[in-house]
Amino acid sequence: MKFPALRTYAYLYLLFLYAPIILLPIFAFNDGTIIAFPLKGFTVEWFRQMAANTTLRTAVENSLIIALSSAIFATTLGIFAARAATRFSFPGKAGIIGLIMLPLVLPEIIVAVSLLVVLLGIGVTLSVFTVILGHVLICTPYAIAILNTAFNALDRSLEEASYDLGETKWSTFRLITLPLVMPGVISSLLMSFTISLDEFIIAFFLAGNEPTLPTYIFSQLRFPKQIPMIMALGTCLVAASIVLLTIAEYFRRRGIAKTGGTDTGGFL
Amino acid sequence: MAKANRWRRMTRTEAFSGYMLVSPTALYALLLLAAPLATIVAFSFFKDGYLTVIHEFTLQNYIDTWSDEVFRAILTRSLFVSGMVTLTTVLIAFPIAYYISFNVSPAMKSRWLFLITIPFWTSYLIRVFLWKVILGFNGVINSSLDIVGLIDQPLNMLNNVQAIVVTLAHAYAPFAILPIFVALEKIDRSLLEAGQDLGESRLMTFWRVTLPLAMPGVVAAVLIVFIPTIGDYVTPQLIGGGKVPMVANLIQARMLDLDNKPMGSAIAVSAMAIVTLVSLVFLFLNRRFLRVQK
Repeated sequence: MKFPALRTYAYLYLLFLYAPIILLPIFAFNDGTIIAFPLKGFTVEWFRQMAANTTLRTAVENSLIIALSSAIFATTLGIFAARAATRFSFPGKAGIIGLIMLPLVLPEIIVAVSLLVVLLGIGVTLSVFTVILGHVLICTPYAIAILNTAFNALDRSLEEASYDLGETKWSTFRLITLPLVMPGVISSLLMSFTISLDEFIIAFFLAGNEPTLPTYIFSQLRFPKQIPMIMALGTCLVAASIVLLTIAEYFRRRGIAKTGGTDTGGFL
Repeated sequence: MAKANRWRRMTRTEAFSGYMLVSPTALYALLLLAAPLATIVAFSFFKDGYLTVIHEFTLQNYIDTWSDEVFRAILTRSLFVSGMVTLTTVLIAFPIAYYISFNVSPAMKSRWLFLITIPFWTSYLIRVFLWKVILGFNGVINSSLDIVGLIDQPLNMLNNVQAIVVTLAHAYAPFAILPIFVALEKIDRSLLEAGQDLGESRLMTFWRVTLPLAMPGVVAAVLIVFIPTIGDYVTPQLIGGGKVPMVANLIQARMLDLDNKPMGSAIAVSAMAIVTLVSLVFLFLNRRFLRVQK
């Protein structure tokens, strides 16, 4: 059943989705301190300011450390859980997996508040490390969702053939299973990295005095003078996430092609 | 000897391997998710001493929370805003999901989904702030209308509930589209032909076949949008200008600014309970559609 008017609607909807992102580079290169039309002229001043900002540099470094660690930990934990969920059946499986996936449907503020209370209660100093603890928690469900697809597409007879040929459990995992799910692992790493890099509320509660990229942006949004520089920063971030996502999508599709499945589309 | 044998037999079972494999992740979730959640539930029943928490059972936090008019007003507003956001998001998302599932060639489907997910993965804070730029006093809409000469006075579009709804509806769009799309993809296309062969119009086929079969996706979309938006902190702060706080802003103020952890916990637990209750009622009302599947 086709409704021709839908096509027009779909393009209008895309415009609505992309409107804020299209404005970003326009104001990042606009030679005026007020974010409004009409535009004043072309400048790269805001990018220069951005590059010279030392607090921003610390925030970027912190965020990269957090995002990289969270991605690696979340994907590792995700591999364990996805393997267990797709390959073995055991009593209480739904409950255990449900608990692990819970952050997907839990407001982030609840995760942040409860972790804060416990960490302060046992006397942990808030730092980059505590943010990683929180981010691993919220990235793991996404990692599992991606890895489940990868493990599900795996042909079990390949592993059985490997056992029959005398390989051990571990060497089979290393030589057969892991290479076949590698595209899923890479796209899970990239996805977790992107989520962690962008996460605000947990970092806001758990970072203590350490700035991360989102908390730094949030603190600067109060000052009208800083806005053009934030627009320049936003432009760079959007460009970076598009590159990362394109790589993730490439690996996801290659993974599907490798295991001989059909593309059902989408990350989630 | 018998003991060693039993141990060996147990370690060879499928269940044991499953538990071993899932244990690192489960342990992490238990320690850093379940335990903290249990802690704030416990805290909500403790007394607040100044800067400390007195471990003594009391219901006072809940009595204070629920008799506080500010809390009730904020909770009502949060429920209203999330409800509006959910309704708007799902209503405008459904046609898109339908378009991608039914009108786009299979080869192009993943490209469309990719296009829709890109904005979602770009900085949330900056996206929210850009809505402030679009809706602001000398923002994009006002200055464009001014140039065209449609208005003399700039329109006041910020610091209210409508602005929050637009911003959140934009932010959660992909969350609504993807589950509905998945449900639509599962529909056996021959059912639709059967509907039309039996003399139903296209619209009636949609109403009586497509929509009921897509309902599990719609239900999932509603929950996926409703639950996180009620706990959103950034949008009320930036777009509402602090004038229309929601539950998350209240929790933050009680927990950090006032450092009253038992009170903050009571609010957090109350909010969670309300969200769970609303979700369960919603699921119950839609049980008819969910039972159809398998």
